[in-house]
Amino acid sequence: MSLKKILGYRRENGRVGIRNHVIILPVDDISNAACEAVAHNVAGTMALPHAYGRLQFGEDLELFFRTVIGTGTNPNVAAVVVIGIEPGWTGRIVDGIAKSGKPVKGFAIEKHGQIATVAAASWAAKEMVQAASEIQRTECSFEELYISVKCGESDTTTGLSSCPTVGNVIDKHCATGGMASFGETSELTGGENIVEGKAASEEVKKKFRAMFDHYTDMIMKEKTDDLSESQPTKGNIAGGLSTIEEKAMGNIEKLGKKTKFIDALKPAETPGKGPGLYFMDTSSAAAEAVTLWAASGAVVHLFPTGQGNIIGNPIEPVIKITGNPQTVATMSEHIDVDVSAILRGEMSIDQAGDRLIDMIVRTANGRLTAAEALNHREFVMTKLYRSA
Amino acid sequence: MQTAEHTKSSASSLSGRPAIHFLIHDDADNVAVAVVDLQAGEQAHGVSLESNKPTDLEVKMNIPLGHKIALHDIAQGDTLTKYGVDCGKFVAAVKKGEHVHVHNVKTKRW
Repeated sequence: MSLKKILGYRRENGRVGIRNHVIILPVDDISNAACEAVAHNVAGTMALPHAYGRLQFGEDLELFFRTVIGTGTNPNVAAVVVIGIEPGWTGRIVDGIAKSGKPVKGFAIEKHGQIATVAAASWAAKEMVQAASEIQRTECSFEELYISVKCGESDTTTGLSSCPTVGNVIDKHCATGGMASFGETSELTGGENIVEGKAASEEVKKKFRAMFDHYTDMIMKEKTDDLSESQPTKGNIAGGLSTIEEKAMGNIEKLGKKTKFIDALKPAETPGKGPGLYFMDTSSAAAEAVTLWAASGAVVHLFPTGQGNIIGNPIEPVIKITGNPQTVATMSEHIDVDVSAILRGEMSIDQAGDRLIDMIVRTANGRLTAAEALNHREFVMTKLYRSA
Repeated sequence: MQTAEHTKSSASSLSGRPAIHFLIHDDADNVAVAVVDLQAGEQAHGVSLESNKPTDLEVKMNIPLGHKIALHDIAQGDTLTKYGVDCGKFVAAVKKGEHVHVHNVKTKRW
């Protein structure tokens, strides 16, 4: 049974988006300038500058391609211009995005120079943005939204209010055939056994455990102290969280009470088992993690915060929820949904979940999130190790 | 406010002080979370989210909103129990009504 209807953009591959971006996507760091010049030339386009794409190799290179191609493929994107220094990797990204059926054109700077490349790419971008501006929103079902969830600048109020509010939405969304994803591998530390118990099968449980152990081994190998200001962060500690275990227990309130997760995804991997909840192996740093979910195709992100994380993403709207009355009072321009009434015993988690669903519908229908209105476009790729 | 979905202030705040001062996640917990700023010497009222069971205690230190308060006397080496699960260890003894945080609890992990 459908929760609600929304007005979205049904893309060529049938997936539903809620934004209609035309993006100018650099293959590599040295093509950022050309992309920004095109975005400057053509109204309604957006460049996504980043720091990577040169001399990467192995699994790190695969993650890079998955992230860039996935970003272009996201249903919130109408069309893509790709610019790289050379035609090989540029073509690989263009071909990857083209599989979605959406308009995409690639340009390589070598043998043409930046000025001629910007001119040619600007022509393509201008045609694309005009075509995109004529695409109409159509009625879609709420459960067609692929939702990602992650909290940030957590405190004890997130575990009491905003995280269980998101968990309530996850239970309702997945029960009606929706798709959702959670992650933050390192921040499950202390609650990993509880998360394991939420795996839908023994196979999924093993897959999750292998990813968790791999990430934890990396932290234990690289750490130079007891992480006492990294996990929990100084913001977490200011908000009353004392240990990673306590932080993890608040974090996993977002998973809901009833929903089992049906697969464990690599970073930026697109869910492949149909509707349901997925774990994704992500960093716990907000901009990195949301960039990975956007690359996996998520179209709206639910972000509980306690002390007031202000993160946004260029293509996936980030809805902020807080239950901390002090954050509501001091940082209201960053907050989309206030659930502080839970702390006063005046709002149930179920009522808060319904309130959040209403905000997801409004956001899907076009309401700008606080982060969108404030120009937050954090596009931050995850890098696994040094380049060759 | 234009952008946030703000909740109007409630009946309980008409008296000047909300009815609930701390919340307990689970009946097995040895700490609670202050949901208002608590002052040393005042009587505070809390409730369990698991069972709705009420608890009253005397606050021994100033405890900011969001920080933890000990629900009974706790010895050094004891486990911090919150959400009904192991959330770390006490590295110092704590009396009922005192502030529980990084000065007296540590992770068991890293």
